[in-house]
Amino acid sequence: MAKTAAKIVPPQPVSRVVTGTHFMLGDHACAEGAMAAGLDFFGGYPITPSTEVAEHLATRLPAVGGKYVQMEDELGSIAAIIGASVAGARSFTATSGPGFSLMMENIGLAAMMEIPIVIVDVMRASPSTGLPTMVGQADILQARWGSHGDYGVVAYCPSSPQECFELTIDAFNAADRYRVPVFILMDEVVGHMAERVVIPDADKIPHVSRKRPQTKPGVEPFLPYAPDKDLVPPMAHAGEGYKVHMTGLTHDERGYPHLTADTHNQLINRLIDKVRLNAPDIIDYEERHVDDAETVVIAYGCTARSARAAVDYARSDGLKCGLLRPKTIWPFPATRIERLINKGSVQRFIVPEVNLGQLRREIERITQLPVVGLNHAGGEMPTPKAILEVIKS
Amino acid sequence: MTVAKENTEIRLGGVGGQGIALAGTLLGKAAAIYDGKNAVFTQTHGPEARGGASRADVIIGEKAIAYPFVTHPDILAVLFPEAYEKFRPDLKPGGVLIVEADLVNPSAEDADAVRLPATEIAKELGSRLATNIVLLGYLVGATGVVSREAMQDAIRATVNKRHLDLDMRALDAGFELADRDTPND
Repeated sequence: MAKTAAKIVPPQPVSRVVTGTHFMLGDHACAEGAMAAGLDFFGGYPITPSTEVAEHLATRLPAVGGKYVQMEDELGSIAAIIGASVAGARSFTATSGPGFSLMMENIGLAAMMEIPIVIVDVMRASPSTGLPTMVGQADILQARWGSHGDYGVVAYCPSSPQECFELTIDAFNAADRYRVPVFILMDEVVGHMAERVVIPDADKIPHVSRKRPQTKPGVEPFLPYAPDKDLVPPMAHAGEGYKVHMTGLTHDERGYPHLTADTHNQLINRLIDKVRLNAPDIIDYEERHVDDAETVVIAYGCTARSARAAVDYARSDGLKCGLLRPKTIWPFPATRIERLINKGSVQRFIVPEVNLGQLRREIERITQLPVVGLNHAGGEMPTPKAILEVIKS
Repeated sequence: MTVAKENTEIRLGGVGGQGIALAGTLLGKAAAIYDGKNAVFTQTHGPEARGGASRADVIIGEKAIAYPFVTHPDILAVLFPEAYEKFRPDLKPGGVLIVEADLVNPSAEDADAVRLPATEIAKELGSRLATNIVLLGYLVGATGVVSREAMQDAIRATVNKRHLDLDMRALDAGFELADRDTPND
């Protein structure tokens, strides 16, 4: 005889922002950041090492009235979050390398149609299936250039569970502010480690709303792709009554296909410029002992943890050494690095990465100074000792 | 070149189902939330999590912890023979070794290892599921790596109410054994 189905207990109402001190996985902290940021819709497909993000939201999000959909794959996931965002929802998905690759085509669509979406890519050793449970940082350039064509994106790179929480909130705000795809490039180490996470009161969570049309629906002409001075057009949501046409084809300010070289050139330059020209407001980084540093270590994500320890040891040995830790990888804080170089004390850069030199190339592009890599293809992160040896070499 | 160690590294080793990951989380929670120290928890992710030796690592320190992985534990507690074999070589010289008395047979060089009948005590208290908590009680009681109060608070805030009574008794049993081994008066 079949067993009686277990009684289904409806989700208990809980608060959206779990204010307090927690001991939390990076993946869970990212999920809680999304909750605190006002996440409305999650569409995703589980993949190690990002599964804990989805798993956590599967109970947390419906409990506060949000929608959680486990999609058939990553193609469906990205399409679903784009659709939800068009309808006005704060939308999110979580994935890792192979799933991120599958999302690339529609990331371009979101960039072209200027749909705010947030994707967390918890990086594992790659390419292809690689080492599913082990760390990598090799999706840095994919995040910037993965979809075909030129477009602008924003990418954050947290080094701790606390930052997974905070930068996920920043990611949602940047996506809505600039109408671009925004990535949180976590890595397996940061995603799978637990540390103290302090979640502030709900009214202390920074919130930036989408820019919305100033005219009422039905008042013509409404130009959904006419940008303001900041190059970002106000966004009308599906179903509100505005006449909106969205397409991946090159389009004019009405959103209608306009297939000329001039329109294309103008549109794509604006997509790039709305990130490039707003970069000073977007870029975030942390510095440690850089003012008189002769050696500057540039590191991000888990690698920055070891770099911080190595720099502190080097300083205690009297070496003039500092750390620049980009929290935004894209846009890259090139101007800050150029200013450091122009001060004259820097003699070389060291760039440890769990890839074979992806961010190092960005630094080489802007300086003639030696840029030394400390690289591993993936599966383990560098130790403080390994970085210290390069500093002392 | 030496890199100074300011932190206490703890590794808990066992086999899937012994509650190693929960024990590690509780320890980290006790330190990071209730003792106000810094703590990092990492665990086995991979095929070995589904059979074979699994590990839960906790680093506790006064300052921010940079590198999150345990390399040479100051304290190693193992509940399963494979975990003993796999993790014993990493133990810091002079470090504390605790083994599950009925399951792990330490080699002659580990004659002074603590043989803790954690499973047996847990069974006597009502369920072998509390083995991990007996171990925590002993580990915390004997080493003071976190305060007893913090450990109690972490358990109260974490475990299901149905198991709370059993877990608190299991923790006390661990504390008592530690007191017997390390009398301080």
